Amino acid sequence: MVTLPIYLDNNATTRTDPRVVEKMLPYFTEIYGNAASRNHEFGWKAEEAVDEARSQIGSLIGASPKEIIFTSGSTESNNLAIKGVAHMYQKKGNHIITCMTEHKAVLDPCKRLEREGFQVTYLPVDKFGLVSVEQVASAMTDKTILLSLMFANNEIGTIQPMTELGKLCKEKGVIFHTDATQAVGKIPVDVESMGIDLLSMSGHKMYGPKGVGALYVRRKDPRVRLDPMMDGGGHERGMRSGTLAVPLIAGLGEAAALCHREMAQDTEHCRTLRDRLHQGITSQLIDVELNGHPTLRLPGTVNLSFAYVEGEALMMGIKEIACSSGSACTSASLEPSYVLRALGVGDELAHSSLRFGVGRFNVQEEIDITIAKVVEAVNHLRKMSPLFEMAQEGIDLSTVQWAHH
Amino acid sequence: MAYSDKVLDHYYNPRNIGSLDKSSAQVGTGVVGAPECGDVMKLQIRVSDEGVIEEAKFKTFGCGSAIASSSLATEWLKGKTVEQAGHIRNTEIVKELNLPPVKVHCSVLAEDAIKAALKDYQEKQTKLAPTASSEKGS
Repeated sequence: MVTLPIYLDNNATTRTDPRVVEKMLPYFTEIYGNAASRNHEFGWKAEEAVDEARSQIGSLIGASPKEIIFTSGSTESNNLAIKGVAHMYQKKGNHIITCMTEHKAVLDPCKRLEREGFQVTYLPVDKFGLVSVEQVASAMTDKTILLSLMFANNEIGTIQPMTELGKLCKEKGVIFHTDATQAVGKIPVDVESMGIDLLSMSGHKMYGPKGVGALYVRRKDPRVRLDPMMDGGGHERGMRSGTLAVPLIAGLGEAAALCHREMAQDTEHCRTLRDRLHQGITSQLIDVELNGHPTLRLPGTVNLSFAYVEGEALMMGIKEIACSSGSACTSASLEPSYVLRALGVGDELAHSSLRFGVGRFNVQEEIDITIAKVVEAVNHLRKMSPLFEMAQEGIDLSTVQWAHH
Repeated sequence: MAYSDKVLDHYYNPRNIGSLDKSSAQVGTGVVGAPECGDVMKLQIRVSDEGVIEEAKFKTFGCGSAIASSSLATEWLKGKTVEQAGHIRNTEIVKELNLPPVKVHCSVLAEDAIKAALKDYQEKQTKLAPTASSEKGS
């Protein structure tokens, strides 16, 4: 029995797995010591929990437990990685490479560094959202100290060629950071074989709690050093001061262990439901475009543009379905998604887009209800769309002179 | 974002969706907005010989507030004279639909669509004026 509303916004956040919550609970009321208390049982027990989590996360991404720095989430991890590298290595060079479809938590730290005098290259992407190795190579100069490129995109799910990029960075002696928030726990991530030096991840995107994340910091070959953002007790190898959030960290560790153990079945489950959703919609509606790469894509993500209807109106029509729209009609800017724009998707199609994120807890019946509701809402809106009418009359909408406002 | 009940009602039960013959001299058509801005409104009126709007139709590509604004506009236009229709203001639409500040532009667009349809109708009438008066005279 399915209850409404249906949650299909797992790229925004995920439900905390009940097994994760179970794991966390004792650390609030029973094992509540400070992990930095070295002289009593309470502290030791807390430290044990933190160490276990470090191992669980290390196993998931192919890192040593010592290379995991706990943070409040990916935004902090990205800030620490990017600003930390920039400030630590500024004598070596002042050039950073990233791309246009990054999350704001990468773009905005880069913009701040630009104001401080750093040079940043924002690479364009192809129509699928991919950056090529050649593009990165030709953007590199002898002043380049950092490449920051997301593993998988949050809006369209496109997965970048990490192994090739890692190899290039190693050859050129450039530090490679990746915002892997959407990828970790969903698809195989291996910092060794992919040549990743810094990796940001977040608990709540992988069925863990909100408010906790981690930054992987390579310890050898090369040993990456970071200028810390906060001064304090020198926790986390001096890179992130602040008492460790033991219950959240225990939860993050458990979430990582579950993702690691169940990745094959999670992937199969999400991909099957995602493809069912995609096919169910496109078999009943014309002029629906996929945004993102057809195959190099996160298993649960599908971003679709519904020509001739506006995204926010569509969301109203499917209000029992929780998903996201590329239309920014609710914001004051009226600008559609910058990610879709970077793909070359026309603004009118960007306004007409919906992102569905299928997750571990979705079931087939929810997908079937969603298909029916989306088809009904799109038909309802197309019936009242002047653009659909014009398209049906054979008018090429790109040749129409619109009265811009 | 929470929509007012009135916006929801117009969204689920839009009034006067459809199209009128845009080549008719009795019909005024206004198309405003642009797809890349996220809204396009087409509003049409059919005016009687006495100058009264007998029929009003709309089609809108846009958010729920844009749909509601144009749907409401067609309701208000019906039965009004061309002169009266020119006095409909976006602020009245905002008030009637309880539109929040970020949605005021939807009402502005509806007012623009009304004006564009009236202008189109009046231009057609002006062009026909000499013939129309001579016909009436005969």
